Amino acid sequence: MEQQKNALIEVKDLHVVFRDPSRTVHAITGLSTEIKSGEVVVVIGPSGCGKSTFLRTLNLLETPTSGKIIFEGNDLTDEKCDVNLHRQRIGMVFQHFNLFPNMTIKKNMTLAPVQLKKKTQEEADEKAMELLKRVGLDDRCDAYPGQLSGGQKQRVAIVRALMMEPDVMLFDEPTSALDPEMVGEVLDVMRELAKAGMTMVVVTHEMGFAKEVADRVLFMSEGSIIEEGSPKEIFDNPQNRRTQEFLSKVLH
Amino acid sequence: MQEWFSKIAFDFRQSFIDSDRWQALLSGLGTTLLITVLALVIGVVLGVLVAVVRSSYDQKKKKGGVLGLLNKICYVYITVIRGTPMMVQLLIMYFVIMASSTNTMLVATLSFGINSGAYLAEIIRGGIMAVDRGQSEAGRSLGLSYVQTMRFIVIPQAIKTILPALGNELIALLKETSIVNVIGMKDITKWAINVQGRTYQAFMPFLGIAAVYLVIVIILTKLVSIMERRLANDGTAKKRSH
Repeated sequence: MEQQKNALIEVKDLHVVFRDPSRTVHAITGLSTEIKSGEVVVVIGPSGCGKSTFLRTLNLLETPTSGKIIFEGNDLTDEKCDVNLHRQRIGMVFQHFNLFPNMTIKKNMTLAPVQLKKKTQEEADEKAMELLKRVGLDDRCDAYPGQLSGGQKQRVAIVRALMMEPDVMLFDEPTSALDPEMVGEVLDVMRELAKAGMTMVVVTHEMGFAKEVADRVLFMSEGSIIEEGSPKEIFDNPQNRRTQEFLSKVLH
Repeated sequence: MQEWFSKIAFDFRQSFIDSDRWQALLSGLGTTLLITVLALVIGVVLGVLVAVVRSSYDQKKKKGGVLGLLNKICYVYITVIRGTPMMVQLLIMYFVIMASSTNTMLVATLSFGINSGAYLAEIIRGGIMAVDRGQSEAGRSLGLSYVQTMRFIVIPQAIKTILPALGNELIALLKETSIVNVIGMKDITKWAINVQGRTYQAFMPFLGIAAVYLVIVIILTKLVSIMERRLANDGTAKKRSH
């Protein structure tokens, strides 16, 4: 009962099938899990295993073929459910930042809260400056995304998602498109968020980050979770053969 | 040589100044520009609507329903309009569809608007599809609705990429209005025909209006390139110059 109450996101027997005329891809094959409030879950696995698809399905950027996604007690897969409303409470950070190139950094951050009437322009501006200060970019508030480095862009993308004051943050390989020397600054921001108690689901190849920050690690292969546990269990003593193979390839 | 010059001066006076013909030319110019501007407004509104319907239908996984029907209507509209000559459309509008109306300005702006809407729709659709999918995903993931995402994020970026094509369409539209004399409107082309009829001169009136069209097109081209520069203010231009 206690666990039920704490579950922020519940995923039940999720299937995602991509169909196009030439082929059918079964990207997620019967995945069930729970994400508890305040938990940092890191999803790892070989490329093409469906980890990004899984993450994108959590806020319905991909449509589940079957199964349920229950977020704060509401079934997102229900036709009657207003997905836009729930997406406001689910922040997402993309591999390629996806900042809006035609707007300044500040405008990038204030657009959604102001348009969705969560804040007035003044409140949003104030909040944006406060968050930018926290990630050390308050002096770049009037710059355009094209003028920032990759690491700076990703830090802005993270605080842009935070502007909506989400209950959970989804990270889709947030450091994979960065130059190596910029990975650290982005991970620092994420580490700080985790410390502040944010619920996070992170798809990443940064095993060091997973070891250090994760409460739970999910190992995915061929569309489902085949092993999960604390970072210690997964990295030091993996049980499944495929987990062992994967880890021996990425940890050298 | 002297003789040639005085002939030119005479022709000029006869074509443009005698019986205050320049006034008729100006009012013809007004007609040409008015049709162009009004038709452009109608065309842009129609074009955006059709483009949004067509591109959201393309992105949708489940086909059919109301959107499917709208998509079919848009497809037929584009096919028919692009598949028939502008002059024929104008004649059909004047003599068949709106046969009871004597307001030629209304007929002309509607015909040209509907025509250019079909071309603009495909241009705008191309622009919408050229915007990275991540942009609309980012908008949607913040909780913005489909319409808000289109309005604030996708369409402004699409317009930037299609601006040169929009400029082309505007120029084509302006020049195409020269056929409105078939429904009896007095634009600048009709003015030249009239002057020729009165004075038996072709050189001055026709080269004159050619020059007028050319000057307007040059001005429009300039305006479009100024807008292009203004829209490019996303900082990337500055970065390149380093």
